[in-house]
Amino acid sequence: MNKFTYSTAILDAYNFLLKNYPEVFVIGQGLWSPWYVGNTMKDLDKKFGKKRIIDTPVSEAAVTGAAVGASLNEMKPIVVHPRMDFMMYAMDPIVNQAAKWSYMFGGQSSPSITIRGIINRGGEQGAQHSQALHSWFAHIPGLKVVLPSSVADARDLLIASVLADQPVIYIDDRWLYDQEDNLPEAKEIKLESINPCILREGDSITLVGCSYSTLLLKKVTKKLIKNKIYPEIIDMRIINPFHSELITNSVKKTGRLFVLDGGWGPCGISSEIISSAVENVDPNFLKSKPARLTLPFTPAPTSKVLEQEYYPTEEKIYKNILKIFKNNL
Amino acid sequence: MKDLNNNKIESITSEKEINIDNFSGDELLEMLSKMILIRNAEYKIAKGREIGLVGGPVHLGVGQEAIPVGISQYLNNNDKVFGAHRSHAHILSLGIDLKSFFSEILAKSSGISKGMGGSMHLFGGSVGFSGSVPIVAGTVPLAVGTALASKLKGEDAISISYLGDGAMEEGIVHESLNLARINNCPVIFVVENNLFSSHLNINLRQPKELTYRFAKANDIESKVLDGNNLTSICMTSKEFIRRCRAGEGPFFIEAITYRWFGHVDWREDIDVGINRSAEDLKYWKKRDPISRLKKSLLKNNFVENHLINLEKDIQKDIDNAWMDALKESSPEWNESLNYVFKRN
Repeated sequence: MNKFTYSTAILDAYNFLLKNYPEVFVIGQGLWSPWYVGNTMKDLDKKFGKKRIIDTPVSEAAVTGAAVGASLNEMKPIVVHPRMDFMMYAMDPIVNQAAKWSYMFGGQSSPSITIRGIINRGGEQGAQHSQALHSWFAHIPGLKVVLPSSVADARDLLIASVLADQPVIYIDDRWLYDQEDNLPEAKEIKLESINPCILREGDSITLVGCSYSTLLLKKVTKKLIKNKIYPEIIDMRIINPFHSELITNSVKKTGRLFVLDGGWGPCGISSEIISSAVENVDPNFLKSKPARLTLPFTPAPTSKVLEQEYYPTEEKIYKNILKIFKNNL
Repeated sequence: MKDLNNNKIESITSEKEINIDNFSGDELLEMLSKMILIRNAEYKIAKGREIGLVGGPVHLGVGQEAIPVGISQYLNNNDKVFGAHRSHAHILSLGIDLKSFFSEILAKSSGISKGMGGSMHLFGGSVGFSGSVPIVAGTVPLAVGTALASKLKGEDAISISYLGDGAMEEGIVHESLNLARINNCPVIFVVENNLFSSHLNINLRQPKELTYRFAKANDIESKVLDGNNLTSICMTSKEFIRRCRAGEGPFFIEAITYRWFGHVDWREDIDVGINRSAEDLKYWKKRDPISRLKKSLLKNNFVENHLINLEKDIQKDIDNAWMDALKESSPEWNESLNYVFKRN
């Protein structure tokens, strides 16, 4: 077993894909520089050549569109958006072209493209350098959206995304990069087989998150157990297509639901998780109202002081969960 | 250096017959047949739309037939051609099966996009047509991408990106031109400049009528052509396609033309917009690419009756294909659900 961090696990996935699949290439801004993507792509250009690791002009829309086109011509491109906020320029190639392509042409042609969007926030970067917009892409039929939380998933979900024949949005959060884990050799998993998973079984409350939120939920577990609250933690892993079975079965068991999300609340993945429970769990099972903690509904602030108020902390999460037990139905 | 492209629209286009010296009779008749097929198929669609047989919007390109016919003449089925909202001619010029094409216009399951596309979403992988969609400029970067892929694979296939003068106003086109040039992608951008974007004349949208200036800005070799002169299109198309295959791309062709119908559907749309008068239409109909080729052929000893019979035969094929397509069935709901994601 080799020791990996979340970020070197991503690098391992690139190495695996580029070594074994000549049709894989990577394109995006900053790929020949160590500045943009941490150590997730270290030396790939030196190892595999600048023909397969393509640094680009600052043209998110055309670069993403070109990758969609390349995927229609037998290649398997990975587009990298070092900061998700800039990926907004590429909404047409993603939402109008890639997501609709198979459907419009009766399944005869499909963009097998992976679009990697990195959530990169904190450190007083402010409103346009902070966003986590995974929920947007979960709203669109025709896209798959994966958000690895664990070190193993960081690698294995990237491999699964690239090998899939469909357009996939792969989102990683830089706040996860330093996690460590021992991993076996890289392997291929079918994207169709990726489901949410239970990280910890418990019967007091169902806690659901994805990406960095899952890590925060894991972190508050100890404190909850001290208070005799035994949480069941579910990591979403994939939010499009949205799989509700695991969540609803868990809520039937625990009677309580708390969702944590690093995006905004309205019309977001937290809303979808709660509505799936409300639609599928008989009210008799519920011991309290489902609850959630998301970002305040404002753009991200710049000041460090305001940032502390803005982002969820273990303390805030803990308090919100306790409230659920005080407000039993 | 003198800019050879920088002329006025009036001096670029003409009513005169065209020079057919370097073309064989067979080749000219083949291309004439294609142009007539495209035009009469579009008239069929226009009528079908008017009487309600076609359910969705149709963007007709009657008057613009010479451009795709001249381009397609030098392509093969491995090339990757992308169209936009006005693309009937693009795919017909590549030789798509007429009945399957009409089936798609009528949204039938046996259509080229399995009845999921209609007029605005055409697919013809077997003839090298990668797809057309109605988001203006939506396919332009895709064509750069298929070209990049051909280059990475070491193949000599090229990509064609058809776009209009309106699409030249989209930011993504300028990114695409730069990206194609910096990576030397084997793609040819073919701008069909019909002087209108929807209802609005180019003079009210851009400071200059010719868009090749953006190719110049991106250091891409370009040529401005009379889009209603078939052989002139052919000569540039042949040269640029050959050089593109040899790795000299990208290239940019701007072909000046005019559409006889309005932006959408079967009406002429005189003055619903701005600067589109009955006189303009008359002026441009005199520059009809089909009549001009016919005139040249008749002057060069082609027999008039032969041309008349040719057109009759084409019309018969169109009528039969249309009647057959009308009998086809609509897509099934359950089947349509399988198209959201291609099955692995």
